[in-house]
This record gives sequence, C-alpha cells and structure tokens, in this order.
Amino acid sequence: MLILAIDTSAVASAALISDDAMEGVVESFATEDTRSHAEVLAPGIEKLLADAGVSGADIDLIVTGVGPGPFTGLRSGIATARTLAFAWNKPLFGLMSLDAIALEVAESTEAQAEFLVATDARRKEVYWARYTLNDGQLPQLVDGPHVGFASELPDLPVFGAGGGIYADVVNANEEFSNTQPDAASLGQFAMALLSAGEKLPDSTPLYLRESDAQVPGPRKRAL
Amino acid sequence: MNQLSTVNHFNPVQPLVLGIESSCDETGVGIVRGTALLTNTVSSSMDEHVRFGGVIPEIASRAHLDAFVPTLQEALHEAGVTLDEIDAIAVTSGPGLAGALMVGVCAAKALSVATGKPLYAINHLVAHVGVGLLDGKESGAARSGKGGLGSGGRLPENLGALLVSGGHTEILRIRSITDDVEMLGSTIDDAAGEAYDKVARLLGLGYPGGPAIDKLAKQGNAKAIRFPRGLTQPKYMGTAEEPGPHRYDWSFSGLKTAVARCVEQFEARGEDVPVADIAAAFQEAVVDVITSKAVLACKENGITDLLLGGGVAANSRLRELTGQRCSSAEITLHVPPLALCTDNGAMVAALGSQLIMAGIGPSGVSFAPDSSLPVTTVSV
Ligand SMILES: [Zn+2]
Repeated sequence: MLILAIDTSAVASAALISDDAMEGVVESFATEDTRSHAEVLAPGIEKLLADAGVSGADIDLIVTGVGPGPFTGLRSGIATARTLAFAWNKPLFGLMSLDAIALEVAESTEAQAEFLVATDARRKEVYWARYTLNDGQLPQLVDGPHVGFASELPDLPVFGAGGGIYADVVNANEEFSNTQPDAASLGQFAMALLSAGEKLPDSTPLYLRESDAQVPGPRKRAL
Repeated sequence: MNQLSTVNHFNPVQPLVLGIESSCDETGVGIVRGTALLTNTVSSSMDEHVRFGGVIPEIASRAHLDAFVPTLQEALHEAGVTLDEIDAIAVTSGPGLAGALMVGVCAAKALSVATGKPLYAINHLVAHVGVGLLDGKESGAARSGKGGLGSGGRLPENLGALLVSGGHTEILRIRSITDDVEMLGSTIDDAAGEAYDKVARLLGLGYPGGPAIDKLAKQGNAKAIRFPRGLTQPKYMGTAEEPGPHRYDWSFSGLKTAVARCVEQFEARGEDVPVADIAAAFQEAVVDVITSKAVLACKENGITDLLLGGGVAANSRLRELTGQRCSSAEITLHVPPLALCTDNGAMVAALGSQLIMAGIGPSGVSFAPDSSLPVTTVSV
C-alpha cells in the first residue's frame, strides 16, 4: 500500500509511505518556516512523486493532517489533499496533526507513559493534547486537542515546539523542543492504524477557535 | 512530468480552460472553450455573513475549503467534460482576501500537479474585463451595445472598464487584455459596495446593502438631502492639463460619515428618520460621483468603449446613469449579464483562454497568491 501524507498545521510537509519500504518512508520533504505553504507545497509534492517515480495512479490513499494549526496554513494542506483525492479519484482521510509528534515520542528513547504534545497556536497560546503509551502500542489520545495558555497545561512532560517556546512555564522535553507535526510521521501513524484494522476519520479541519468575527450590536441612537 | 503528454492534444486555438475564483465570498469554477462559455458554477457564502453585516474573511475562507471540490465536480458535470480533456487551468492569484485566495490557489496547484495541465495565475480585476470577451450567444447577450464585447474575440481598440463591487471600485484602461492594462483611478478607502453595506446597516436595512438601498431609494426623494461627493474639490481634481492627485479616484468614507451624522440629527430632533429619502440621496451621491469621474476618465483618455463589471453593476440607478452619461459622451457601454459581473470562475477561465491564445506561457506551481496584485500584472 502506498500513502501520500500531507500536513501543513505548522510547517508544510508531505511524504510517500509504503508498507514495502524500509522504515516505511519512500520520500518526504518538510519546510522550516510556517508561512510559505501556498508556494512550496505543490512543487514539493510534484518533486516527491518525480523522485519516487510514482504517479497518482500508484497511490492508494491520501491522508492529511486536519490540525489544529493556524487556519490559513492548515487549509492549504487540506485544500491540496482534497483536490488531489478528487482528481485522482482516491480515498481521503484526516488525522489529528499532533498525532505525528506523539508517534515520534513513542518511537524515541524519551518516551513516557503519559505526556502532552503541544504546538504554537500564536496569540500566546498552544494547541495541545494528552497521550498515554503502553509498551508496543500506538500512542493513545486521552484528552484533546485543545487550545489554551501554556501556563494552564496539566503538569506532564510537554513534547513539541509548543513546549519549546514556553519552556519557562512548562516541563518541556528538550529533544523535542523544536519538533513540528510532520507528514512522514503522520503517514506512518495512518499506515499503523490501517494495519491494525482501524478506520480513519475524514478531512474535516479542527479549527478549535471560532472566527474572530463579532456580530455588531445595535447602533446607539443619538438620543 | 505529465506536461509533455498533454501537449499532444493541447489546443491553443480553442483551448478548453477551467477557471477558479476564490478572492472574496464566492467559490467559482467556470469552463470555457476559446471564447465560448460552457459553465459558470458559483457557490456563495453570502448567507453566512448576513449577521455580521459584511464579509468576514475567516468565514469566507472556511466556506471556500468546503465548497471547492463540490463546485468543481458540478462544473465538470454541467459542462460535460472530464478533467483529462481540459487544456489548462486558470486561477485568481490576486487581488483579494489573502486567506480566501490561498484556498483557490492551493486547489488549483493541486489540480495542476494531479493532471499535469499548465496553470495560469491571473489578475482578478482583469478577469472582470475578460468576461466581456465571451461570445454573446453562450453568455447571454449583453444588456446594451452590440452583444458580447469581443466580436471574433477581439476587444475594441479604446477600451475602458469600470468595476464596482463590494471589494473594488476602479476605472481601468485596457490596451491589450493579455499584457497592457492600466489603472486610471480607484477608491482610496472603502469600495462602493462596502459603503452600501455600511449605510444599509446604519439605516437598519440588512445585508447585502446594495439591493436593499436600491429598492428603498425608488420610494425616496434623492434631492431631499445633498450628500458630499468625495474627492471632487478642485485641489483633488486639478485640470485636464494639470490633473490633481485624485482626478479619477473615489472616496466613500466621508459620505458614510455624512449619512451617519444626518441620521443622528433627525434622531436628536426627535423626528422620524426619512429612511427612503436618505437611501435615495446616498445612492445618488455614490452613483453620481462614480459615473461622472468614470466618464471624465474616458473622455480624457480617448476611451470610446466602456465595460461595466462587478456586483454593483446590478444596481438599477448605476446602470441608468452610466448609460445616460456614456451616451451623451458618445461612449459605447457594455454590460455583461449579471451572473458574469459578480465574482465567478468563468471570467477567470475567459482570461486564461485569452492568455493561451496570445501564446503567453503558464505560471507554474511556485507562485504565491498576492492580495494586492497590481492591475499591470495580468498573469504571474
Ligand atoms: Zn471582483
């Protein structure tokens, strides 16, 4: 099985994941910055396919990160994934973006029985979720995702860039202080879930915040 | 990568072009073959903005994301074509709301990557003019003039365009629709449609303001109150020989303030607010200043054909007065059918088709959307 995974909840990233390849990852790319998704994502995917020598027809399904993440960037990945899935007539699924970091934690020597994953939500807040880990199992989401102030997080080790930014107020894991959700890990997570016979959710974005719009109140009369 | 295989059946004479529009609150997908319109499918998030009294960018962007694939699917179905048969894709890359543009641009790029078809990133304002080049027959005859602008796909030599909508108010000169477009004047603050929305809210008439004010104005006396015409003082206008800094520009924020003050004065005196008269007088102020400056710009720049575009082209008084003033100035006015005046994908496809027929190369998939793309950049 060949999966095209895309995530733009923080940086822009994409990966081809196969259950035939070593470690599962055929090709992948990720940007460093969090603001150029619309420019880099399509060329990145084009190159990914060319480097791997595969076409749309070879891909079995597409998985996109559904956030949480800054809205405009997040939508660029979901819009891309939905359109590719339509044009290639392939099934499309969505995974919570923080799962990507949770999987990396589980596979690292830093793994903990219970931990938080957090990314930058801007405006002094973080997107976060709580996971538990049992030996040999995939990380289990037990709470979240939420958006809130770093200072109000549960007292658990925090993995991901959201911890790194607020290392002064949270118990941030240093190894993971710059880690962002990455399509390669997200795709591996999806592959693992599918192998375990689980169904994947759809690509509905997890905004967690309403638009800032205020319904205007009635106009004040002069008298 | 797949680019080569598409070249084989690529048709530069009558290219089949799919256009994508997402610069404001309409998700549009249109398909044209050469200058023939095959379909114009639009999904609007307007209803979601009603309670806010104006377009909320984040709400519009969320709606674009959910509307895009269904709109694309419907357009292909209506036109009876497959993605494989399309020769090229065109997308609005600006100007417009940044977050909204991003959705259409990302979708268009994905479509280009998935199909290997060339992608054209085009200017939204110029696309409003490009729609005039669609054949009269398929797009419905224009309301005045000789039908579609482009007899045989060629534009009149001395062409101008007056674009009036909730997002823009501009007068353009078009020497070549593919590579020579100039901005003669524009609003320096609110767009005309925005002024309508704000004043409608002030008068308690709901959203969108244009149709509500237009309707009520018919029962009012436009001469009952005189509201200011922005940027018409000599210091802004100058003379034809020595034009002032805003000779062809508009400003509507002062007008909005004047309406607010007027309403307050009635209330302060404990009198009923003559809503219909205010609506009529406001509309007259907007339409008068738009048309007088537009016709002035035409006369002083040798423009003999004027295309009216944008959603406010639906306004009955704007159409009437533009028609009158153009005919006294011997300017031929062209008004595309309303469905092609408001934001739509067909206009994007129409401009894309012109670019291809003119032999202009595609934009690739690395460009960035530009919320303030200048009108001089027809394609990126
Ligand atoms: Zn427009």
